[in-house]
Formats: sequence, C-alpha cells, structure tokens
Amino acid sequence: MSILIDEKTKVILQGFTGDKATFHAREMIAYGTQVVGGVTPGKGGQTHLGRPVFNTVKEAVAATGATASLAFVPPAYAADSLMEAADAGIRLVCTITDGIPAQDMMKVKRYLMRYPKDRRTMVVGPNCAGIISAGKAMLGIMPGHIYRRGNVGIVSRSGTLGYEAAAQMNALRIGQTTSVGIGGDPINGSSFLDHLMLFEQDPETEAVVMIGEIGGPQEAEAALWVKEHMTKPVIGYVAGLTAPKGRRMGHAGAIISTAGDSAAEKAEIMREYGLTVAPSASELGSTVAAVLRKLPAARGARS
Amino acid sequence: MDIHEYHAKELLAGYGVPIQPGKVAFSADQASFIASELGGWHWAVKAQIHSGARGKAGGIKLCRTYHEVHDAAKGMLGRRLVTAQTGPEGKIVQRVYVEVAEKFERELYLGFVMDRKAERVRLIASAHGGMDIEEIARTSPGSILQAIVEPAVGLLPFQAREIAFGLGLNLKQVSRAVTTILGAYRAFRDLDASMLEINPLVVTRDDRIIALDAKMTIDDNALFRHSNVAEMRDLSQEDPREAEASQDNLSYVGLDGDIGCIINGAGLAMATMDTIKYAGGEPANFLDVGGGASPERVAKAFKLVLSDANVKVILVNIFAGINRCDWVAQGVVQAVRDIGIKVPLVVRLAGTNEEEGRKIIAESGLPIISAETLAEAAERAVAAAGSRHVPT
Repeated sequence: MSILIDEKTKVILQGFTGDKATFHAREMIAYGTQVVGGVTPGKGGQTHLGRPVFNTVKEAVAATGATASLAFVPPAYAADSLMEAADAGIRLVCTITDGIPAQDMMKVKRYLMRYPKDRRTMVVGPNCAGIISAGKAMLGIMPGHIYRRGNVGIVSRSGTLGYEAAAQMNALRIGQTTSVGIGGDPINGSSFLDHLMLFEQDPETEAVVMIGEIGGPQEAEAALWVKEHMTKPVIGYVAGLTAPKGRRMGHAGAIISTAGDSAAEKAEIMREYGLTVAPSASELGSTVAAVLRKLPAARGARS
Repeated sequence: MDIHEYHAKELLAGYGVPIQPGKVAFSADQASFIASELGGWHWAVKAQIHSGARGKAGGIKLCRTYHEVHDAAKGMLGRRLVTAQTGPEGKIVQRVYVEVAEKFERELYLGFVMDRKAERVRLIASAHGGMDIEEIARTSPGSILQAIVEPAVGLLPFQAREIAFGLGLNLKQVSRAVTTILGAYRAFRDLDASMLEINPLVVTRDDRIIALDAKMTIDDNALFRHSNVAEMRDLSQEDPREAEASQDNLSYVGLDGDIGCIINGAGLAMATMDTIKYAGGEPANFLDVGGGASPERVAKAFKLVLSDANVKVILVNIFAGINRCDWVAQGVVQAVRDIGIKVPLVVRLAGTNEEEGRKIIAESGLPIISAETLAEAAERAVAAAGSRHVPT
C-alpha cells in the first residue's frame, strides 16, 4: 500500500505537450506510472508520447478513466486548470507551478467546497515537487532513483529537502511508502494534516517524517492532530532556524510574520506534542532510524 | 512588493476611499510649489519610504508656511531615514508627499491581511489607531474587531456595518465608514494585495472619514495582471543585492555570517544554513538558485555571494531533481576560472547525474573541497572558515 497514487492509478497531464511536461511525462512513464493521456486545449485529437491528447479534462476523463492529474500550466492559468480538473471528476490533482497568485488559490479552495467530501478533489501543491509512491508511480518532478520501497511516509513543504530526507534514509537502507511535497506557497491545496491522516490509515506506513519550514500555522495544527489522533510515530523537522523575521526566504510562504511562525517555536510545539524532532537537517535519516528501532515489531521496515 | 504611501492612496482613492488632497515632490522647490497649488493653511510633508514609524523618526513634519514646507522637504530629501522598522542602515528618501493637513477628532485602525490559517481575507479594525497593530493587540486587545471575508461573495455590507458600529461611530460617520471599508476591501481584492493598512483612519469634526496613511503590499505573483501597479516598484527602497538577484531569478537574502551559500530549493537552503550553524558556523546569506540552474545562473550566483566582503568560504549544495549535477558542476568550474574565486570552495552534489557532476569537479584540477553529505559539506565549510580566522 501507499497513499494517493500507485501503479494502478490512471494519470493525465494538463499542459501535456509543453517541453517541461513532456520531459517529466517521460520520466513518469519510465518509473512505471500509468500515464494514459493529456490535455492541451487546441491540440485535441493529436498523439503525444504515444498517448492521446484532448482539448478538455472532461473529454480526457471520459475517454481514459483517469483519476489523477499533474498540472504543468503557467501561473496565470494554473488556478483555472485545477478547477477544471475538479469539475471533470479528477480525484487528485498535483501542480508543480510556482508563482500562482494567493487569491487564485483562495478561489480554488473555495471552489472545491462545492463538492461533498466523498467526491472532493484533493489538490497537492502548488510550488511543490509532487508525489511519489516508491517503486510504483510518480506524479511529479523528483529524481525517482533516490527513493526505495519501504514503510516510512514523507510529507514536506520543500521539494529538495524532501529529497535530502529520502537520500539520508536510503543510505541507511530505510525505504518509503509515499513521499508528498505540499509546496512552499502561503495557501496550499492540501496541508500536512491532510496527508498525515492518509498515512495514519495506510497499513504499510509505520512512521512518518514531516518536514516543515518557517511561516504559517500548518505545522502546529498538524502536530496537535498527531498528539490527539495519530498512533504512528512522527519525526519532525523545521527548516529556517537562522531565518530573520520579516524576510521572505525564497518560498512565498516562508516568512516569519507573526508569533509562532519561527522554526524554533514550531520545533518546540512539535516536541511538546510528542513528535521526535531531528536536531539538524543532516540527522533526518539517523533520527528516523532511531525511531524505527524503537517500534515494537520491525515488520520489514528495511528492504 | 511594497508600494509608497502616495501610490497606495492614489489607488485607494479610485475605489472611493477618501484621502486628503496631496501630491508627490522630488525636490524642495517642487514641494513648496505643490503646497501653494493645493491651497489650505497647514500641510504635512511626509518622507516616502517603505517603512512605518516615520513620524517618530522625523519623517513627517507639520508645516504652517510654504517656507516651512520647503525646509521640511529639504531636510528629508537625499537623507537616509532610520525608523524602528528599517534597521540601522535606514532607507533613502527620494520623494516626499505634501498633503493638506486637517484637524481630526479620532484616529482609528483599519487593516486587511491574507490570513493563512483561515485561507481567507481577514479585516482587522480598532478604535485605537495611530500605533502599530501589535502594540494595540498588546495594550488593548479588547478593542480589536475582526471579520473574515467569504471569497465567494466578498466583504458584505452588514460586516462593514458591524465594524463601523463597533468602532463607536455616529450614524453619519457609520454610513461613510461603510463606504470606505467596502472600497478598501475592493482595492485589496482587485489589486491582489496581501496586506493593506490604513493607520490612522481619521474622523474629522464634521463627521468625515479620511485615510490619513496607507501601507500596501501587493502579491508579487499577481503583478503580471497589474502592470500599472508593477510600475510603482521603487528599487531604491529594496536591498540592492536582493533586487539584483531577483532580476536574475535568484532569491537572495543577506545575513551577517561569513559562509556564503549557493543552494537549490528554498527549504534545502534554509536547512543547509541551519546545519552550518549547528556545525558552529554562521551563514552569510540565503540563496536559492532555483530549478534549471544553468552554468550562467551559477556564475551569477557566485558573483552575488562574493559581493559580500564578509564571505570567507563558499558552500555549494545542490540536490538535483529538475536540475542536473553535471550542468551545475560545469557552472561551478567555469565560475571559478572566470571570476577567480580566492576563498575556499566546498561543493556537494547529489541527485540527478551526481556521478558525472563529481567527476567534472574532480577532473577540473581546481582546489575545490568535495563533500558527499550535507553534514560533511557543512563541517568542511565551517572548518575552512575557521582555519582562516585562526591560522594554525
């Protein structure tokens, strides 16, 4: 098992025929992902990478039965593409796009509320590396070879810091179920909490690594949920101890603007709620290993 | 992106928010001429810098004659104004705003922010205007009124009315305040602001409501659809290195340490800086080269980092996903040869094409210190910085 995607998930790409989308679609296919087609308005009827191209997401869903989408759409049109996917019945849409206006994301989130919870689309991103279920499928831009199948889930705001965690775990022969990048924007499609809830329900996941950064209330909210509801151990880390207040550190969302936003405060909240906090980013892997060793029955946590 | 008070007011006026007659001046002569043109008996001369707390720092002067306007403008223009919010280096005053001054009865606070928890726009108001909102929250938390805007319908008149009555305004003032609050919200929404603060919003003796100051931050990501606002950018108010970096699509923030950092990804950049600190060093900067780091971009990153005279070591940490280590390595080698880097250089490459990348570095024959892991990279950088502090 894994969360969100596996080798059976039928995937389309929005903005399929663009250069970057083409490059990453090839990588996704090579990884074993079932890419069943794509959407580029105006290019419907053509074939790209041996797969059909459609004008609208609705047509793509009707013809292919796709349930997940990776949106490679420029910032100005990205919000529209996410809402189009939701309207067409896509259950999971991930967007890599960096630079979507915050008010557009606010609209997207409001739009998703039109659908009852059991039919509601989950948006992952924007400004993220995507989702990978190790050894099964990839909906994103990460280097697939650094992941190995295993029993630890990763959820991270930062893409490259998520890679760093996976690589350190890999070096210690610890594998992953799924790794999710939720993105560095102030308003995300889905939060740490959304994914922790999925990892909690996934029978194969035995522990979760949650990698946050400065800015915003999400890490604290997720940590509280861990304390109250989570039965699996969670390893936490918050990047940005050295970040000054009021200065934006690259990500649109990475800025300390109110009390509780700093890395030290968030790490303290995590500790208080029973998470194991990695003392530094270079000890993510070893901290996970130490937590796994303490699990009652190491049910093949190593591959 | 922050904009100047006079720009914010000009925008707000277009949405029906009342402001005092005023104009911007770039010289003292122009300032006194504007005062004569505006008419009236008193004028406020206000330094236009991207900072609050100007009043206490001498950036706002009340003048009774054209001469006083001239002198006030002369005293401000060309100087660096240091306020509680600018940091010790202050900000350069290149323009002043001359505004007709008016007596008022009350000072209120009106603000809008993008609330990340609610994922909605939040309106904040208080009957205690004139001081900053954190101070109001500390000294009279009970005076803070709030409303959350439902994005599907926008701010509703009843919400503005509740706020206006909550501020203790009389009937005549309430109807004007409602127009002002709704107008300010429309400006916030239409212009993709992430923060708008009208502080103070004043009530005059004849029951008028006026925005006496305005601070506005626009979402950088939305500037593509507001070219009129994008033109209001004033580079003189930004850190020169950060502004230069942003033009090359690099994200840079200067700090006080001596280990220069070149990293891909904001999260990894912050984590690397933290690891440097954990290993006993101090990072000199945050720098995210982003995805698709071409050799040219890497070279620009080196130049930027080296423009900080405190830098004693440079640490390059790349975890390539969308990037490729061999390209980055070529960029590093080329930069070292072209720029002639004299400080020790620690390079860690991981991810896509890491073997090829490491090979390029090793075969270059340059004195580059290689590292395989994040911990190694940080320790070697700290050691290299230390060895120059204390020669052994």
